[in-house]
Amino acid sequence: MVGKGIIQGLTETARNFFGSYVSKQRLTTVQYPEERDPQIERARSFPFLVYDGADAEAGLRCTACLICEKECPPKCISIEKAADKRLDDTGKAQPYPASFNIDISVCMSCQICVEVCPFDSIKMDVQYDRSSEDRFGGLLLDKRQLAKSNEYYNAVHPIEASAVDQRLREERDKAEAKARAAAEAKAAKIAATKKPIVEAAPEAQSVGGDAQ
Amino acid sequence: MTLFAYMSHAPLAQPLDQIFVLLDHWLVGFVPAAAQPLASAILSAAAIILGFALLFAIVTWMERKGLGRIQNRFGPNRVGPFGLLQPIADGIKSLTKEDIVPRTADHAVHFLAPVLLVAASFMGYAVLPIGRNMVLLNLNAGVLYFFAISSMMELAVFMAGWSSRSKYSLLGAMRAIAQMISYEVPLVLASIVIIMQVGSLSTVSIVDQQAGYTGIWPHWFVFTPWGFAGFVLFMVAATAESNRSPFDLPEGESEIIAGYYTEYSGFKFALFFLGEYIGMFATSGMAITLFLGGWSAPFSFLTWIPSYVWFFIKLLTIISVYIWIRGTLPRLRMDQLMNLAWEFMLPMTLLNLFTAALWHFMSVGLLRWLICTTLVVVPCILLSRGLKQRKKFQVRTYHYSE
Repeated sequence: MVGKGIIQGLTETARNFFGSYVSKQRLTTVQYPEERDPQIERARSFPFLVYDGADAEAGLRCTACLICEKECPPKCISIEKAADKRLDDTGKAQPYPASFNIDISVCMSCQICVEVCPFDSIKMDVQYDRSSEDRFGGLLLDKRQLAKSNEYYNAVHPIEASAVDQRLREERDKAEAKARAAAEAKAAKIAATKKPIVEAAPEAQSVGGDAQ
Repeated sequence: MTLFAYMSHAPLAQPLDQIFVLLDHWLVGFVPAAAQPLASAILSAAAIILGFALLFAIVTWMERKGLGRIQNRFGPNRVGPFGLLQPIADGIKSLTKEDIVPRTADHAVHFLAPVLLVAASFMGYAVLPIGRNMVLLNLNAGVLYFFAISSMMELAVFMAGWSSRSKYSLLGAMRAIAQMISYEVPLVLASIVIIMQVGSLSTVSIVDQQAGYTGIWPHWFVFTPWGFAGFVLFMVAATAESNRSPFDLPEGESEIIAGYYTEYSGFKFALFFLGEYIGMFATSGMAITLFLGGWSAPFSFLTWIPSYVWFFIKLLTIISVYIWIRGTLPRLRMDQLMNLAWEFMLPMTLLNLFTAALWHFMSVGLLRWLICTTLVVVPCILLSRGLKQRKKFQVRTYHYSE
């Protein structure tokens, strides 16, 4: 029949029109600022720095090894190593960054810094909606802005973060076991020689950097 | 029936129906007698411009909402309740945008084109009877005036395309000219059947002829075989005339950016947008005047509703159908567009003239209905079948681009 296709098309669009008022399922649009879809595990925007514990400054995992800075293809990371060292949670003296800046206007979200980081310190954030009135300073994130807690990391990348946590725990346990074994061996040695040794208490090192 | 008769002569209905006419008389009474015709004309023109500009704002919102729902989206819902203030936001945006004119453009013509388009599209309303006694000019050549004015829009379109000095503008303008001239022929021929029946070119007498009732049924021309065919042909031609989907080749985004108004920005672009919609309302208003009884109520017992309300209800219905069609049909190809105009619409309108003449000279009865319906339906089917069968699909060979 003449015009059959047009009538079929018109019925289809009319069904869509009225159906969208009846069934909420038809309207798949997420009303963005009010509603948000949950983000998938592999979502990523820009890097952030993970810290353990409550203090963002003291708990920062970064040891200022500069690997990410060297590997970054667009050279958006700039790190200044602190002159002194501080103890990490295994009791080992480690260097730490005096300043850690990422220019996210340059960053291309390639995740290479995350791949190369040997301390699980830099990870990808999922926050995608950010803006700034200052296109130079506002997009250059410093250490304070970059630091986010391990809990946050667990929230945005649950699977990856729990694997990282487990690995870190195993490494810490191994280190502790080793330390304990070494201490026992030393104690045994001391007991064998029966010669008292005065151990110097490790000096508490001052925590440098900006005290924010 | 007594109730209906009572309602149609209700004491309140008459003043309410004539409220704008009375208001006009009252306001004009304040100026000296010599200036009264001019004052009345200015007042009516201002009312038309304001009223239809407001309608334009509402329709842009309706269109975006409707298309959204057709595509299972919400449409605008950010500015104001249900996005109702969106047209205002759009207006402010287009007013504050930079007005860019190409360096090599013909500045005077480039500036005049949108002005002329809007002016021409508004001038058509002078002869449209929006309500009982609500017509700016009762010209005895009203229909002729309307089509003459609406052809001025083609000039504006070509001015825009030519003065921009851009190949896309020029291509769009050439497409628009080809399309508008082609479809003006069936548009005018489809409306001639009404003029034949009424015996007048005055829009007021055309509506007056349709304002009667048989029982409760109106005497609209769309309820006759030739009138219905004429209405459908008129609406198809009017869609093409106003460059709307599926005849939106002159501004096909995927091919030529925005067609003839590619090089326009800011408020001039908004003026083109306005002119196009105002022109669409004008041709829809003409279709209402010619075929749908103008301001007359669809049933005799509904005459207590003011006449201008009926006009706008009919107008909004037609606009909704336009939006519905825009949400449904894809754009035509250039050859399909031309074939439809010259091979289908033109023969059908010419045949419709004959049918209308036959209707006029045959005596009232069932036989007249039967013969005239056959004369409309059978040629329509045969013509479309024939055109379909003539099409041969073959592998195209290219001589230069192999």
